[in-house]
Amino acid sequence: MVHKSLEQACLIMDRSGVDTRKCMMCGKCSATCPAFDEMDYHPHQFVKMVTEGDIESLLSSKSLWKCLSCFACVERCPRGVEPANVVEALRVTLLRRQGENYITADDIPGLLDDKLPQQAIVSAFRKYKK
Amino acid sequence: MQVNSEFKPKIVAFCCNWCSYAGADLAGSSRLSYPADVKIIKVPCSCRVNPLFVLRAFEKGADGVIICGCHPGDCHYSTGNYYARRRMTLLFSMLDYLGIEKGRTRVEWVSAAEGVKFSTVMNNFVSKIYQLGENVKLGDLRCRK
Amino acid sequence: MQKIGVFVCWCGSNIAATVDVAEVVQAVKTQPGVAFATDYQYMCSEAGQSIIKNAIKEHDLTGIVVCSCSPRMHEATFRKTAQAAGLNPYMVEIANIREHCSWIHKDKNEATQKAIILANAAVAKVNLNAPLVQGESSVTKRALVIGGGIAGIQTALDIAEAGYEVDIVEKEPTIGGKMAQLDKTFPTLDCSACILTPKMVDVAANENITLYTYSEVEQVKGFVGNFSVTIKKKARYVKEDLCTGCGECMSKCPSKKGKDEFNCGLNNRTAINIPFAQAIPNVAYIDAEQCIKFKTGKCGLCEKTCSANAIDYNQKDEIIEREYGAIVMATGYEPIKLDKFDEYQYSKHPDVITSLELERIMNAAGPTGGTLLKMSDKEHPHSVTFIQCVGSRDISGRGKPYCSKICCMYTAKHAMLIRDKYPDVEVNVFYIDVRTPGKNFDEFYRRAVEEYGVNYIKGQVGKVYEKDGHLVVQAVDLIANKQLVLDTDMVVLATAIEPSKTARDLASMLTASIDTNDFITEAHPKLRPVESPTAGIFLSGVCQGPKDIPETVSQAGAAAAKVIGLLAKDKLLTNPCVAHSDELLCNGCSQCEKVCPYGAISYIDKEVNDHGVRETRRVAQVNEALCQGCGACTVTCPSGAMDLKGFTNRQIMAEVDAICK
Repeated sequence: MVHKSLEQACLIMDRSGVDTRKCMMCGKCSATCPAFDEMDYHPHQFVKMVTEGDIESLLSSKSLWKCLSCFACVERCPRGVEPANVVEALRVTLLRRQGENYITADDIPGLLDDKLPQQAIVSAFRKYKK
Repeated sequence: MQVNSEFKPKIVAFCCNWCSYAGADLAGSSRLSYPADVKIIKVPCSCRVNPLFVLRAFEKGADGVIICGCHPGDCHYSTGNYYARRRMTLLFSMLDYLGIEKGRTRVEWVSAAEGVKFSTVMNNFVSKIYQLGENVKLGDLRCRK
Repeated sequence: MQKIGVFVCWCGSNIAATVDVAEVVQAVKTQPGVAFATDYQYMCSEAGQSIIKNAIKEHDLTGIVVCSCSPRMHEATFRKTAQAAGLNPYMVEIANIREHCSWIHKDKNEATQKAIILANAAVAKVNLNAPLVQGESSVTKRALVIGGGIAGIQTALDIAEAGYEVDIVEKEPTIGGKMAQLDKTFPTLDCSACILTPKMVDVAANENITLYTYSEVEQVKGFVGNFSVTIKKKARYVKEDLCTGCGECMSKCPSKKGKDEFNCGLNNRTAINIPFAQAIPNVAYIDAEQCIKFKTGKCGLCEKTCSANAIDYNQKDEIIEREYGAIVMATGYEPIKLDKFDEYQYSKHPDVITSLELERIMNAAGPTGGTLLKMSDKEHPHSVTFIQCVGSRDISGRGKPYCSKICCMYTAKHAMLIRDKYPDVEVNVFYIDVRTPGKNFDEFYRRAVEEYGVNYIKGQVGKVYEKDGHLVVQAVDLIANKQLVLDTDMVVLATAIEPSKTARDLASMLTASIDTNDFITEAHPKLRPVESPTAGIFLSGVCQGPKDIPETVSQAGAAAAKVIGLLAKDKLLTNPCVAHSDELLCNGCSQCEKVCPYGAISYIDKEVNDHGVRETRRVAQVNEALCQGCGACTVTCPSGAMDLKGFTNRQIMAEVDAICK
């Protein structure tokens, strides 16, 4: 049994500003998606799984980082659901989790090299200092 | 102004028989709730609402008055809502001058098919009245304990 | 002092579950004027009504208040009840404690308190009610049907059959509407023209029906039984009584580059034109914007060709004024414009077509003579892809939020017909849901799948694009959870339908209410589906909501029955809630006359007795037959002389007082 949390679902809806219950399962987001074949969960499944509260599966999915944020699904969704914004909210949720980051702020100096843009370093410190 | 937790506003809604009264019926049959503070008075047309009725309501202690009519151009009597719009524009600015804030008075267009809009408008209006609090500006201070 | 009876209805549990009816009864008994109060499970039932009748007689009641559902529902019922017990029906007031109270509030105490206030307000009003007597108005025994599609045709035929005169106003040069453009009809696959054209001929032959084609309604005045309508008959530049419909002019006309509207613009037509062979009236018209004669003053070939001398370049628009007792809206629909759906390439690729266009391509009288051909190269296609719900169920702002209802069935029909005629063509249908509620509808759809081998794929198409000279469809199969990329030769879009663009303006003219999607609102969604809330206005066909042909025909007949019921009456009872002027207060300023939309107020010189002083004064007088009771004059009157019966200043103030107590 997968862990389901409607609280988590509400959080995602809140963060993304998307009411996933508006979805009528037409699949136009998945039909449009240029990264479809790379994904383990597809855009329409993202929306459905958020509605059902199956957030953990999504957070550990490969798809989360395969979405190109091209917003074609947002553009074409007949119900105004905006699947790409759901993906973005899930990414932010994962990033904001304390203690579950793959690296810590202390690891960053070791990873630095001359070619890395300054902006990326600052943003990395910001992200991982929590 | 302090928002009184006991505060129960008195809100009078004048609704046109042809559109918003039916819109309120539709809100009812669709179970779209809005606060019980709103009490509806049926009028044949928004142009039947005499400015005196609005003044009377505030005199008797109403905290808000809303008038709902047909969308411009859709009046059952062809032009009634235009009269209502003009009369109420003048009246509301006079009331504002007297100290009854603009937020306590409103004209809205709600058709017979807009149950959702009716409920949204009422929720919105009532929360505005809660924000403004009790209407004391026209109360006779001598009568207060 | 009034003796008022208050009757609180439980409406089963609809009211009683959230409103403590016993408490309402107790509370209302303390109100001034209340002589009797009781509650009952169903006041509208026969038993409930006899409780009211008995109480009126027993307690000698002079007025009653029924706390129940909306007055729009049962006010008429309770007025009749009161009348049967000898009480004037206008001594009845309804406190709406269901739609405006019990159904929208959850807290029982809160709802009960509100119900008490609403009941008190109604009691306060009845205290000031006065008996009113209904007047009478005449009925013009003639009906107007706006729109000459299958809805308008059926309504007009049914009314004419009952012996009343009917006029049809149609904006196109011929009647027939959308049904005339269809090839076959679902689920029986009847030929559309074969079942429609006999009806069109009946319309033309019926003595009771007058046709105004190429005409529009300009203005509507009046009220039920007495509408006065201005119709503009646009110039056809062809004399209707002389033209024989031989079509000789069309073969000679040199201006051949007009878009043929009847064939959805898939081919061209001449400037002088008869839309299709079975057009009624079978009379040509000239498209002045396209005609060389009108543009340059030279040509005149049609005039020279016409052996009947029917061409008249100087014809002017004609204005017709007529009186009607009833008006039927049958304005129908249009497919929506697809300019916002770029992903389907509709405006870019000729082989991406709408279903209505496919209908013309499949029709023997259409641009390809009934052979399924690609419009780009006139070649036979090997695969056809259908996309459903294009613009339907769309709340993104590009389409329509409602289901267009007919698309699932006509797509199944198209798919089936193609597979039947051309078994070599592969047919794929992309759907979200297949909706087939109707007699023999699901069986029909299943036949398309099981017998004709149509591929139904659950999922939408994301985009259509062109690659190496053929069309590619990128879609999803939700059941297989796969993205599909298919080559196809033709794409057919099941385009959403919307009410005719004329509906909104007409609704304003008729003061009929209309919803946000431009469908005309019915008086009651369940029980009065063919009437507008505005008396004397009836609805037929898609102008009220999406419908297929059988539903349209049934509704058309129902609208006709309502019209016949109205026209059969010699007199109508009028609303007695009309304005009246107190001649002692009236100062003769004429303000009220100016705001009256019905011209119901006039001024007379009248001798009045003002507290012993007899003098002649100029005073307002209301024509009760014309007054519709809006009340605009009552507020305008500077001296407070004008008041509205049934909604007097004192009555409304009493309600305000009761609510603000």
